[in-house]
Amino acid sequence: MHPSEDPAREPSGQAVVVDADGLPALFDALRGRGYTVVGPTIRDGAIVVAELASVAELPFGWGVETEAGRYRLRERSDTAAFGHSAGPQSWKSVLHPPRAKLWSADRVTGTVKTSTVETSTVETSSVKAGEAAEPPRYALLGVRPCDVRAVGILDQVLIGGRHADPVYRGRRDGAFIIAVECTEPGATCFCTSMGCGPGVESGFDLAMTELTDAGDHRFVVRAGTAAGADVLADVPSRAADEATVRHAVTAVDEAAERMGRSMPVQGLPQLLADSRESPHWDDVASRCLTCGNCTMVCPTCFCTTTEDVTDLTGDHAERWRLWDSCFALDFSYLHGGSVRTSGQSRYRQWITHKLGTWHDQFGSSGCVGCGRCIAWCPVGIDITQEVSALASLQDVAATDEDRP
Amino acid sequence: MTGTVAARLSAQPFFAALTDSQRGALAEDGTAVTFAAGKRLFDEGGVADMFWLMEQGGIALDMRVPGRGDQIVETLGPGTVLGWSWLHRPYRWHFGAVARLATTAIAFDAASVRRRCDADPAFGYAMLRAFTPVITERLQATRLRLLDLYAAPSQVRHADIGPVNA
Amino acid sequence: MTGQRTASPALIEPAAETAAVPRFYRVASRREDTADTVTLELTEPAQPVPAFAPGQFAMLTAFGVGEVPISVSGLGDSGGGRARRLEHTLRAVGAVTRALHAAPPGSLIGVRGPFGTSWDVASASGRDLVIVAGGIGLAPLRPVVLTALADRSRYGRIVLLTGARTPGDLLYTDELDRWRRGGVEVAITVDRADSGWSGQVGLVTALIEPAGLAPDNSVAFVCGPDVMMRFTADALAARGIPASRIRVSLERNMRCGVGWCGHCQLGPLLVCRDGPVVSCDRAAALMRVRGL
Repeated sequence: MHPSEDPAREPSGQAVVVDADGLPALFDALRGRGYTVVGPTIRDGAIVVAELASVAELPFGWGVETEAGRYRLRERSDTAAFGHSAGPQSWKSVLHPPRAKLWSADRVTGTVKTSTVETSTVETSSVKAGEAAEPPRYALLGVRPCDVRAVGILDQVLIGGRHADPVYRGRRDGAFIIAVECTEPGATCFCTSMGCGPGVESGFDLAMTELTDAGDHRFVVRAGTAAGADVLADVPSRAADEATVRHAVTAVDEAAERMGRSMPVQGLPQLLADSRESPHWDDVASRCLTCGNCTMVCPTCFCTTTEDVTDLTGDHAERWRLWDSCFALDFSYLHGGSVRTSGQSRYRQWITHKLGTWHDQFGSSGCVGCGRCIAWCPVGIDITQEVSALASLQDVAATDEDRP
Repeated sequence: MTGTVAARLSAQPFFAALTDSQRGALAEDGTAVTFAAGKRLFDEGGVADMFWLMEQGGIALDMRVPGRGDQIVETLGPGTVLGWSWLHRPYRWHFGAVARLATTAIAFDAASVRRRCDADPAFGYAMLRAFTPVITERLQATRLRLLDLYAAPSQVRHADIGPVNA
Repeated sequence: MTGQRTASPALIEPAAETAAVPRFYRVASRREDTADTVTLELTEPAQPVPAFAPGQFAMLTAFGVGEVPISVSGLGDSGGGRARRLEHTLRAVGAVTRALHAAPPGSLIGVRGPFGTSWDVASASGRDLVIVAGGIGLAPLRPVVLTALADRSRYGRIVLLTGARTPGDLLYTDELDRWRRGGVEVAITVDRADSGWSGQVGLVTALIEPAGLAPDNSVAFVCGPDVMMRFTADALAARGIPASRIRVSLERNMRCGVGWCGHCQLGPLLVCRDGPVVSCDRAAALMRVRGL
């Protein structure tokens, strides 16, 4: 169904218009409620995700040029703050941080006399869970629809199973999400194929569509939750007239037509399962550096490892959890060696998990079509092209089988 | 065990693929034998002039290793054959064999069986078809044992990949 | 409320932290089984040890060193009014297992668990149990033997086939006679004999044929190195036991044990959650793919 025909896309009656100069009030409303505002800002030649001290730190007037293996800032002809895509970071940096302390423990070794006059060494310990007391509360400003879906996917992985990850749970429960719909997809974007953009229907407290036409920088904003409505009430706004709302909806719908790429999603899990012994992996391996960039920039890659450390006495121990990547050589380490030693096996693992076995494990695709992996791959490997290559090889194989 | 050699031969599945007449011919070269536990059947390097179809008991194949004594390389149980060195020149045993348990078997005159194989290719082919699966199975098993799968990682020499953390 | 989640609500268990945070238990006893293998019993009178089903594993922490997944090798309840104990047989192969291996009685070991799927011995009610163990693979299978012995009349034959590297590497040798008296048929082989060994020498699969199994009524439980499980499953299938009735215990790198870290994947399976016990109709094809 085309986005504009979807009745759920009809604008709600509660949409309001907030002028760009109303953003500081949004900041104040959030900070007044104890949130740390996190959003896009320019650092080191890229638009990253960072704590924002003020509205001024947003990247007004900056866009990006992206292609496979390429990301450059470019100056826009308008003052849009959210007219950019495929930055090197995603909201997992906030909700699923690169380093987190899981617990710490202190051990006391003493001697005890038993009733048989022997002494034995007895240890006692006290263990404290990390980040248990007061997890930080973040307001995520500028979450693209692809990233809203990515947060939903991380929810399923980290707190949707039998055991809930306490670090993610703590940050997620306290998070306030301000989504910003897309009106200008990037060259590496394919959220439409993955069914999660460029508009957003749920998973946010506030959703904004940025408009800059005719020099009138404003946002059409709607609340998705009571908490969102509460914050919005403290921001100067005016009721959105029908024309403005239509304008916003049309801008987003038109963006759906201008995606830079598309992913053939039909039968993907089966295609990948059937491709386990495909000759194509040798082809990818000749290009892939196994650098793991894709896993770092991907908003749904969640793999972590743990590290136990002690102080010099050895009696205070901590377990830290760190981001890890399936491209790391020791990721699959077992009994003296790794299971996946070749580049072929590691690339196959990443793409098969992301697009195929994620369905078996978590009930959905792991890909949201944000295009970050394509932009940030140093050799420009394009996940949509790799899937097409696998599909053609499967078609050839199927045709060969049909030949008498 | 009682019964004629021919009957006892038919009772074992090992030569089941032979025709009745082929089995009958083979039985003519067979004799029922028993070994007490500890009896040595043959020595490494000896003339391979017999082979056995085991019915009950157990045999150990061994090899003389200076400094280690007689090293057992494999044990065999009922229902399988002992000895295939008789099939090819120089007709000499590569291993020794000793009965671990009281054993009953049918012993075959190797030279006579070889003459039958030369005279009747169909019989010869049927014999090889019976023996080669055993040989490949034991080869495969031996290769798997060579992998030393139960060894600890430190006992296995391989490329150093990744930290030993587990 | 901060927005809708796309998934079903998380199941929050009362002690949610314990999935990530270990409880420290005391080493009640330490027994050396072989040159590099020990069996530890963990207990703590002040706090109950959780109940582990056969086949499940715990993530064991050596204080300050690290954490590894180790299957339970005993049944927790030994009766006699004693506090429940966790029994783990483990081999020193790396930094963490060396530290665990050396842990003296009275020292503390962190435990997270129980995790993973169980051997589900009860589902083999009325059938013959065919238990094939390779090396230290006998440790996760010992609870299968003990479970069956505790309820002997519920099962048909109990056949234990076990192989080890050398006679000195055989586990639980002092229990085998008791198991035989309890109605377990025990056959042992070693890959390499020493001069004192009068038993069988050869691959563990060589024990299958002489066992005279009834494939239509057998359920197989196989544990050992990956390759050993593969060729054993093949040998059992060749004898007619269907893949759905051959269970293996898979092993992969684990950092969390609860499905959050991504390390233990084998194709679509998360070994910590969908395993470690998996039947061969799911596992066999995956185990055959190089580098999966």
